[in-house]
Amino acid sequence: MSAQRESVPSVDTSNLPNGSGAAALLAAGIGAFVLSALAIATDHVAAMKSLMNFYEPTGPLSGVTSSAILVWLLAWVGLDARWKRRTVALRSIVTAALVLLALSFVLTFPPVGDLF
Amino acid sequence: MEITTRALWTTIHGMGFGALYLLACSGAVVELWRHFAPREPVPVSAGDERFLRIYLAMMTLLAWLAVLTGAYMIYPWYRAAPPAGTANLAAFPQRLLMSSPATIGWHSIGMEWKEHVAWLVPISISMASGVLFKYGGSIKNHPALRNGVLSFVVVSFLAAGIAGFFGAMINKAAPVQGGATIHRMRGGESR
Repeated sequence: MSAQRESVPSVDTSNLPNGSGAAALLAAGIGAFVLSALAIATDHVAAMKSLMNFYEPTGPLSGVTSSAILVWLLAWVGLDARWKRRTVALRSIVTAALVLLALSFVLTFPPVGDLF
Repeated sequence: MEITTRALWTTIHGMGFGALYLLACSGAVVELWRHFAPREPVPVSAGDERFLRIYLAMMTLLAWLAVLTGAYMIYPWYRAAPPAGTANLAAFPQRLLMSSPATIGWHSIGMEWKEHVAWLVPISISMASGVLFKYGGSIKNHPALRNGVLSFVVVSFLAAGIAGFFGAMINKAAPVQGGATIHRMRGGESR
């Protein structure tokens, strides 16, 4: 083990604007929230239940998760294309992403989802 | 010793992918918290950066393997509907749990929560991996970004913990069984 730590990063990323990171965080928040919203809708609306049944053995869970993943990835690609060269208001975007994540976490808890 | 193929896959899903992910989470949180803290005076080395990128990529792989095997292999076995008139529900875990007021909660709360909350894990850790892949050590220059990533990793840990806990308890109350039986090692008689 060398006594001296390497201090030179392999690729210089020090001047990257924060836009790409903000896009990744917000997209993850959106994807998580869409997942919980679709889960609740599928639980309460019969038409949604059959619409989300992409793969019979797994049932509506297959459609809920596949749709949420698709929305998440599209949001990530879209926001990244828009923000990757920009410096954005990171603090408020991170806050929005965390609120969406917290909401999705709570909404997936069945007794909360059943309130709707 | 023998195990059915369904029980083996359930073990791989839970003890392999899920439990390994939970173990790895603590390492990711400590690494992000200590080495990538904005106040940390020592610059992030190329080695640290590479290590965390690979570490998070492996966690991402584990998370996806856990949810995909869960949703597309084990869950169909769990929710299989028994033919009309079936009296023995041992091969139909969901129906077995729902057949008794003492166990229905494991399905209506446990499985219903687990099957959805578990998907927050691959979303969160893929995002964290993507951000670290792009920014590497320079994430220290964006404290809000680093804190956001750290928060998502912590939430993924909680979500994986919930999924793991309910998975273990549900499989204890109504194990997923069936498929071919695999025989390994014949034990001797105890004296």
